Amino acid sequence: MTTGYQLKRADFIFKNQNDWEEILSKNIIRNPQDLINDLISSELKGRGGAGFPTGLKWKLSAEAVNDTKYVICNADEGEPGTFKDREILSKVPFKVLTAMAVCGHVIGAKEGYIYLRGEYFFLRPELNKAISEFDYYCREINFDFTIRIFMGSGAYICGEETALFESMEGKRGEPRNKPPFPSSSGYMGKPTVINNVETLAHTYTIFKYGAKRFYDLGVQYSRGSKLFSVSGDTPKPGIYELELGMSLSDFVDEFGDGDTKAVQVGGASGFLVPRKRFGETVIGFQGKLTGISLPTGGSMMLFNSSRSMFNVLDNYLEFFREESCGQCTPCRVGCQQLLNGIKAVKRGEKNAMYLDKLLRLTETMQYTAKCGLGQSIANSFSSIVENFREEMIY
Amino acid sequence: MEKTLKITINGVTVEIEQGTSILEAARQTGVIIPTLCYHKDLCVAGNCRVCVIEIAGQKRLAAACATPCEEGMEILTNSFKVRNSRKHIIELLLSEHNADCTRCYKNGNCELQKLASEYKIVTQDFIRLVESKNYTIDMFSPSIVKDDSKCIRCQRCVRTCAELQGVNALTVAYKGDQMKISTFFEKSMMDVVCTNCGQCINHCPTGALVEKNYIEEVWDAIADKNKHVIVQTAPAVRVGLGEELGFEPGIRVTGKMVAALKRLGFDAVMDTDFTADLTIMEEGTELLTRLKGVLVNHDPEVKLPMATSCSPGWIKYIEHMYPDYLDHLSTCKSPQQMFGALAKTYYAKARNLNPETIVSVSIMPCTAKKFEANRPEMHDSGYRDVDYVLTTRELAIMIKQAGIDFMKLDDMHYDRLMGESTGAGVIFGATGGVMEAALRTAYELVTGREVPFENLNIIPVRGMEGVKEASVKIENPLKEWAFLDGVELKCAVAHGLVNAKKIMDSIRSGEANYHFIEFMACPGGCLGGGGQPIPTSPEIRRKRTEAIYAEDAGMPLRKSHQNPEIVKIYKDFLIKPLGEKSHHLLHTHYSARKRF
Amino acid sequence: MNPISDLIRNLADQHGRNRQNLLPILQGVVEQEKYLSEYSMIEIARELDLPASEVYGTATFYSFLEHKKMGRYIIRICKTITCSMKGKNQVQLAIQDMLKIGIGETTADGNFSLLQTNCLGFCHMAPAMLINNDMFTELTPEKVREILSVYMNKKKEGESNDNRLST
Repeated sequence: MTTGYQLKRADFIFKNQNDWEEILSKNIIRNPQDLINDLISSELKGRGGAGFPTGLKWKLSAEAVNDTKYVICNADEGEPGTFKDREILSKVPFKVLTAMAVCGHVIGAKEGYIYLRGEYFFLRPELNKAISEFDYYCREINFDFTIRIFMGSGAYICGEETALFESMEGKRGEPRNKPPFPSSSGYMGKPTVINNVETLAHTYTIFKYGAKRFYDLGVQYSRGSKLFSVSGDTPKPGIYELELGMSLSDFVDEFGDGDTKAVQVGGASGFLVPRKRFGETVIGFQGKLTGISLPTGGSMMLFNSSRSMFNVLDNYLEFFREESCGQCTPCRVGCQQLLNGIKAVKRGEKNAMYLDKLLRLTETMQYTAKCGLGQSIANSFSSIVENFREEMIY
Repeated sequence: MEKTLKITINGVTVEIEQGTSILEAARQTGVIIPTLCYHKDLCVAGNCRVCVIEIAGQKRLAAACATPCEEGMEILTNSFKVRNSRKHIIELLLSEHNADCTRCYKNGNCELQKLASEYKIVTQDFIRLVESKNYTIDMFSPSIVKDDSKCIRCQRCVRTCAELQGVNALTVAYKGDQMKISTFFEKSMMDVVCTNCGQCINHCPTGALVEKNYIEEVWDAIADKNKHVIVQTAPAVRVGLGEELGFEPGIRVTGKMVAALKRLGFDAVMDTDFTADLTIMEEGTELLTRLKGVLVNHDPEVKLPMATSCSPGWIKYIEHMYPDYLDHLSTCKSPQQMFGALAKTYYAKARNLNPETIVSVSIMPCTAKKFEANRPEMHDSGYRDVDYVLTTRELAIMIKQAGIDFMKLDDMHYDRLMGESTGAGVIFGATGGVMEAALRTAYELVTGREVPFENLNIIPVRGMEGVKEASVKIENPLKEWAFLDGVELKCAVAHGLVNAKKIMDSIRSGEANYHFIEFMACPGGCLGGGGQPIPTSPEIRRKRTEAIYAEDAGMPLRKSHQNPEIVKIYKDFLIKPLGEKSHHLLHTHYSARKRF
Repeated sequence: MNPISDLIRNLADQHGRNRQNLLPILQGVVEQEKYLSEYSMIEIARELDLPASEVYGTATFYSFLEHKKMGRYIIRICKTITCSMKGKNQVQLAIQDMLKIGIGETTADGNFSLLQTNCLGFCHMAPAMLINNDMFTELTPEKVREILSVYMNKKKEGESNDNRLST
């Protein structure tokens, strides 16, 4: 695939949030159906990593029949290599709060929560200040919507939407069976819209500039811009807003240190792309890694040739082994088998063919695990083992 | 009209009710999807992932137990993907499992073992994780043994203890690879609010939770020529034992059971139903005494409602959760303990035996009875009243070990002195049975007439509803009981501790105005007890219930006070109910325990 | 009255006594006491009318709700890949050297505990660590020694209320 997909910067998220009062009052008097149509025609997809069409999500919850509904902002950013949501909440919190309120207007919710991960406790004082200012304005314009912060306590799995609900309900963060889906039964069993921080920030852009402005960025199936958290072996670590649809080779040209061996796209739940595939990989929402494009929460970790891919995979598997909720067999035991397995192959206790058995195991985990955590382990495992097999053995 | 929809399972189109899960729909079409975490008694968990099936058009497999059918779904339960995934899942479970089956108590009756056998998991490809873990075995409780190395974390026990029993002794703790089933701060089952009801054992698919067994101790006692070993059998055992020995659920095996016990070598085979009748005499009198105390003397020390006290799981529950209501409990011991106390006094004297040589064994459908026999106050005979308690399951094991072909046995009768019983005694095994037995005697005692229910069958207290109520109006009583004229005796029956909580809360709030309440810890009453054959299900418990009431209906005597051996024991030994001897041997006290 | 029971009652008054208020209450106790003792869990169970096992099962799920006694200052050093790549091990060794404790241990004077944690969200300023709720990034062995000295002096004056991001 050629690189007709270039690296294009954008600047919407962190730009001026001072007009939030205007944006809020303008949009809460618009017809909810119009707002939904805006989101649908913008083709905005969730920016947390799952990529669910936001317009459709709001539509489903709006259609659900219930007196009580909720809007929840998922700020349980825990994916390794991701740090954009923290930045949004510290620099432009009013965009998020406004977006939540508009969502409340669209679906008929009067309460909003920000599920903030425990590690970001230090953000609370400033965020609380923003919330009281926001609250004050809402009361001034007679808009009934209250936002509260709910603190997490150190559990990556609570970023999964149904596990988040369980956590907010005072229980262990164990993902639920789906169906039912959050749009009909979410927090406290009520219809809930749960969106990632960045997704909400983008809805603000759409409500401010209109759907077309957003749609014009990016490429087919992957409209709009996205924040990328860049770290690892790069001279330019940080957060960058880029249009979707760039090729990975252009990305590496811009951000690599000249010796980039591989890029982990989408954190530990994402894919590792080796150098030989940079050209044919496009960052977007075209589904699973087909050599064409990848869904992503925006975490980009660059590894140069000094890095051992075995150590990288080992690190990811340790992460999943600890952070899995432990309820379902394929994930709980599968993680342990994968971790022990690669260690055994490396130590020579098991034959290299054992890696193939583990690859088949990750397929089973992908098909049978109860939630996204277990289902995604296959992504990094297979992409690392298939592309760097020698490093697993020698 | 129920809404239906059409789906296809393995190419066969079927019409099923809306809301049916794929698992249920498959069952209706003759397809059995294997499960582990699913249980009819409990809410759906969907965590073992054994029941995954393929839905056309979906890349991921879905859990059949947790997915409702949708119109037009095409389901494959044995496709290539499903088979391979299921095999992997079983292999994963086996890798973190202590798979030393030949040395496991549940060998032959383990759901994981059955699955592994069906799928012919004959190779160990994955790494054995068991060795690197610090699994512990909790053997401190007198009733339950918890072996973490065999746990598959299906959470059935946690759901049972929470939903079915409302005790919450077990919980899930930690996460990731550390996730385990635990108690509060990982204390022994003995040190937390566990009531020993054993429902967790009944629902555990593997050998992670089993009863503490005393089979070898009982064999040793039988083999000891210097010991006189007597055995008592609980009412519920005779309708459950058959299931372990080749019979369908609901077949009564009383006569065969007695024959088997004799062949095992017990010196005397007698019946707990006898002391059940005795309990009615004592408890019925106690109830009437309390009624007099409240209605005539207005004595504030006398408490109503009075609660039955024969379920040790219930006793431990109220001691923990409602210690301020202990004086509402009848002071009567359970039939098991009454028997134990009499065995080493009344029986010993009558047979001219040195009580020191008597070993008193009981066969119970219950694991809490093991705890009860262990209670420090149960020594009124001067010795430990009941030495060993065996569950129905343990008895079946002994019968098999002795090589007895149970089905071929001819019926035999219980031994004399403490082996005669009435229908009122046998119905103790079902929820509502104690209440019914008590009413049959108490009503007649007070009015001189039989209870006003057809054939003595007090239907309102029977059945599987969690809380049942009945009231009996006393009219034209005998002169002695004139104070009860016009009184409507209000009774309630609860089974399953979650229902006991309902009643106790309503008493605490002042809502309830009962006189007499029967509490049973286990769903269905003793016939669903923690020591009964596994598996259990609402259907199986229903069949056992039918058997109990059939046994009652077929007995020549159906009221406790008619039992000739009861008449004899009062004449020769106890003198009268609540008399001095009864007080010493047949009544007990309780201890307040901490709520947490 | 017992200070912990008082604390719990106040937290329950503040947040509510329903199941959905359990997490804030657990967090409140950990905030002040640094960990959840058996006693505090029982008090919470009593206050919220929950089984003690449920409180325990919920608390042990979350990594930040410690149920073993911890030091006044809990150091959580990130061990995820990018921090590993940028020198986390050296920083960890410096801490271990200075405080004479290993991972999972607490200093004898009860002031510091050292734990590892997962991605803290500062991968572009790695390595990172938390000391209680304060975040420290771009660590080096020298820097971490400086930071720890500040904390060691703090204990003479009292707790810091500094929740800002410190670099």
